[in-house]
Amino acid sequence: MAIQAMEITQRSATRSMPAVAPATKVAKLIDISKCIGCKACQTACSEWNDLRDEIGHNAGIYDNPRDLTDQSWTVMRFSEVELEAGKLEWLIRKDGCMHCADPGCLKACPAPGAIVQYSNGIVDFNPEHCIGCGYCISGCPFNIPRLSKKDNKASKCTLCSDRVAVGQQPACVKTCPTKAITFGTKDEMIKQAEGRITDLKSRGYKNAGVYDPKGVGGTHVMYVLQHADKPEAYNALPRDPGISPMVGVWKGITKPILSAVLGLAVFGALVHYVTVGPKAKHEEE
Amino acid sequence: MPQLIHRYTVQERANHWVVAVSFILLALSGLALFLPQFFVLSYVLGGGTWSRILHPFIGVLLALGFGRMALRYWNDNKITDTDRQWMKRIGDVIRNRDQGLPEIGKYNPGQKYQFWTWVVSILLLFVSGIVMWQPYFTPYFTVGLVRVAVLVHAFSAFVAILGLIAHVYAGVMWVRGSLRAMTRGTVTASWAKDHHPAWYRSVSKGAK
Repeated sequence: MAIQAMEITQRSATRSMPAVAPATKVAKLIDISKCIGCKACQTACSEWNDLRDEIGHNAGIYDNPRDLTDQSWTVMRFSEVELEAGKLEWLIRKDGCMHCADPGCLKACPAPGAIVQYSNGIVDFNPEHCIGCGYCISGCPFNIPRLSKKDNKASKCTLCSDRVAVGQQPACVKTCPTKAITFGTKDEMIKQAEGRITDLKSRGYKNAGVYDPKGVGGTHVMYVLQHADKPEAYNALPRDPGISPMVGVWKGITKPILSAVLGLAVFGALVHYVTVGPKAKHEEE
Repeated sequence: MPQLIHRYTVQERANHWVVAVSFILLALSGLALFLPQFFVLSYVLGGGTWSRILHPFIGVLLALGFGRMALRYWNDNKITDTDRQWMKRIGDVIRNRDQGLPEIGKYNPGQKYQFWTWVVSILLLFVSGIVMWQPYFTPYFTVGLVRVAVLVHAFSAFVAILGLIAHVYAGVMWVRGSLRAMTRGTVTASWAKDHHPAWYRSVSKGAK
């Protein structure tokens, strides 16, 4: 595809942003019905982003590594479920950053510019501005960011912003052997998902649907789910994710109101000093 | 030479200033991480990352110092009936119309409520601060608890800083002659008679 606009539209801990020309939104579509769980995407991710996780231990399930880490930005999560009695299904979800249109990590971040959102919708972390406080972890509705044990910087999937910027697709997309992962404009991806949903429905998956949760303004990583009515079956994919009201209050009205009251308190003390003055009777005696 | 009365020992004063300096560093670095417009204050501790690293350790120092103060002054700060009478005239106190106020001891009710405000807010700050402390403790708590902790930390810090503004204003600017109690450890007899008459009587009786 053409070179993507990578101008910054949102920046953590920064209120005023210059107006940016609207850009085409991009999206990655992960079709769970096509995924064979080969983990080529995990390998491609490590390779392109130069990530080297520690050799872990087999926990008795296919998930390997066991969880996302600062060195594993995507992990296949394997769920064996029996949604209909006697019909075992193996649902394999490629977990990683969803690139929310309304990113909780960015909202929670106190360091100016440590988290940015580009005009194409990608949410990216800038380690040189990251202070390692971990607020992004509490802001994220999907439990994605991880702090590095080496340098305490937070990291996560970048949607290969460095590849997308030069017109390449993300590494995981490029490597996927079944085309379960595709990349394009968000509109294209939604259209493609609709085609897949029609196909799945015709094959008996009557609840097939796309996962593009509105609670976070939609996401730039979407899933095609065979059972869109039961997202929890896909290793606890949240049904209706949104920025926690705690984080909303903390980063919303609390900031201006508490700061204003503190300022008024100092001002009030000065007004009191000027109008009432000090208690200094004993000094006059 | 005015007559001087001893009010705080050198250990009490040293402890007070350790807590005071910690408090100011914590307030500045905490505001820096609370409100983006104050982020520049993070340079007081050497930048955002250094603020994140040092803030919790300074917090522990404050908690220890303040904990010692809380234990030492606990009994002196119990609210009495006289205090309740005094509080009814708080409007007069604020307007400096101090004639005929109920006689108070070592601490007036304003100071006492200040004390209890800090006991509660600093305890909350300490507990929520542990939950938020990356990278050492936060990984042991659920994200739901961490979200509660950041909110509790922000609100209790707000209350504690409001308390600080009142404390500094009253001690340094409003009630003249108070500051020397924490710098030199002594106050003038006339200050004690004016502001803490019951305490003045008890200490001057003991001296005789």
